[in-house]
Amino acid sequence: MTADVSIRNATKVFGAFRALDDVSLDIAAGEFIVLLGPSGCGKTTLLSILGGFIEPTSGTVSIGGHDMTHVSPAKRPTTTMFQDYALFPHMCLRDNVGFGLRMRGMGKAERYEKAFSLLDLVGLRASSAKKPHELSGGQRQRVALARALAVDPDVLLLDEPLGALDLKLRRQMQDELKAIQKRVGTTFVHVTHDQEEAMAIADRIVVMNKGRIEDVGTPASIYMRPRSLFSAGFMGEANFLPAKVRGTAANEAEVETALGRVALPASAFVAGLAATGRDVTLCIRPEHFRNGNTDVPTVSLGRGRITGSAFFGTHHRCHVAADGTSLTAHLPQTDNPQIGAELDLRLKADSIVVLQDGAGVVE
Amino acid sequence: MRHLTTALAALYAGLIYLFIFLPVVVLVLFSFQDGTLPVPPLNGLTLRWYEAIFSDGKLMAALGNSLIVAIVSSAVACVLGFLAAYAFARYTLPASGLLRGLIVAPMTVSTLIIGLGLLSVLNLTGLRLSLVTVGIGHVVINLPLCFAIIYASMGGHQVNIERAARDLGAKDWQVMLLITAPMLLPSILAAFFLSVTFSWDEFIVAFLLSRFDVTLPVEIWSMLRSGLDPRTNAIGSVVFLVSVAFLVVMELTVFRKKAS
Repeated sequence: MTADVSIRNATKVFGAFRALDDVSLDIAAGEFIVLLGPSGCGKTTLLSILGGFIEPTSGTVSIGGHDMTHVSPAKRPTTTMFQDYALFPHMCLRDNVGFGLRMRGMGKAERYEKAFSLLDLVGLRASSAKKPHELSGGQRQRVALARALAVDPDVLLLDEPLGALDLKLRRQMQDELKAIQKRVGTTFVHVTHDQEEAMAIADRIVVMNKGRIEDVGTPASIYMRPRSLFSAGFMGEANFLPAKVRGTAANEAEVETALGRVALPASAFVAGLAATGRDVTLCIRPEHFRNGNTDVPTVSLGRGRITGSAFFGTHHRCHVAADGTSLTAHLPQTDNPQIGAELDLRLKADSIVVLQDGAGVVE
Repeated sequence: MRHLTTALAALYAGLIYLFIFLPVVVLVLFSFQDGTLPVPPLNGLTLRWYEAIFSDGKLMAALGNSLIVAIVSSAVACVLGFLAAYAFARYTLPASGLLRGLIVAPMTVSTLIIGLGLLSVLNLTGLRLSLVTVGIGHVVINLPLCFAIIYASMGGHQVNIERAARDLGAKDWQVMLLITAPMLLPSILAAFFLSVTFSWDEFIVAFLLSRFDVTLPVEIWSMLRSGLDPRTNAIGSVVFLVSVAFLVVMELTVFRKKAS
């Protein structure tokens, strides 16, 4: 089963701390949503409000069109997959997975059948008589998923479920989570502070900071067209170059930076073309400093000198000094950057994003 | 020099254990005395005193009473202790620290005071002295212990597990019965068996709060009034053996579970 979720002006205050500040969000049925942000940004609070574990100070939550703001967790069409799995240590896997059905009064035979089919889904049917302590971390994770899905929730809430796993297992579980979500069609709301994980699984990412939503969109749109400095900085590496708008035309603007004047297309301005005289920030991803393909309009920021370089497998990460400004550039793995070498700071005009100052905060 | 210190340490340890266990060893040894006086010299070994106590109806009735009182009062103390521990661990209560201290405080009060106090209260209420009143007394004595043991094992890591159960639709009593109590079973069993061994050989409260049906320690005491007799050694050995048996069962059930 699946349902849409609508959060309207949700605010949660703990004493003097605003954990959640007037957040509104609409989630479509069957969507895989990831709430992304640093610790303390309010993502877990928002998840707890969806699960019914805490009530918002103000605002409403509705699921499938029904108001759920003051409904207890047991009576909501949601289940939660907890960070520490929270499996029942004294029950075998079959009883763990069947627990929710038992609470709904389902008979033993029927319940076990359903538990078996879910353990099958996560590949643990053969271990159904084992206790949780006999399993590895990844297997416990799968049991927690099966247990949460057993009661056919409309919305599954996942509270940093992959945080305790090592990198390789985490990648594998991300793929599995996504595949299972597509198969069952349930709306998934997943909390994480890992932007790679967010990109790996999300249909849409919700970037949160200081109790507010900074940005909402597909992984590609948030990475390529971030709508705030925070969002740009949190989703991967970015160079921020302060600039001032010197003049605007119909579909382009000239801005002045410490590295000279450049003309940028209007489409680079995510919040609409800024007026002359405005302070703006150019956001440039390090991998965009790549030469070669010149059949598209490019922008030059002059030349820089490589001051440091490290090989990262997929790329060389280089520190570049240009006119007193220090930048980071990712050069192709086949390059052989030398310290002291000059680098042409040329990039495609449409790869630059211009953010208005005051839109978000760089941490 | 090092050998000397080791030898002295071993000697010291041996003396300590001798000091603790000599009375028990002597008691058990002279329960086999072939003669009418349980004092040296040891005349020979016989089982006739054991035969005598096992065929003594009053003693066996008292032994049965003791077992019933110990098991029922310990079970009640564990249930009450568990409920109290659950409340203190899971809810924010006003003056929680003070109330917790008050629950444990009776551990520091002598059983004589508790027994006398209970006697006055029972007089006021008009409740007749019986095994029930002895059981009530033992619940009063053992509840602080059961509470302390169970409360100590309730940690924050179980909170999320209980929350998961509630999220899956369990009501509060189902969470307690199906999730919390089974998770805490090792410490609940530890509390139960310790409580049973205390109740099993408790004398003062049992003496003050009983009348016609008495527990084993009270019956032994009345035997002692008619002078020393190898029968008292035999029944004393039985009491000791049962206590040891409960402790062994506790070790096996509780610590085997913890090890897994």
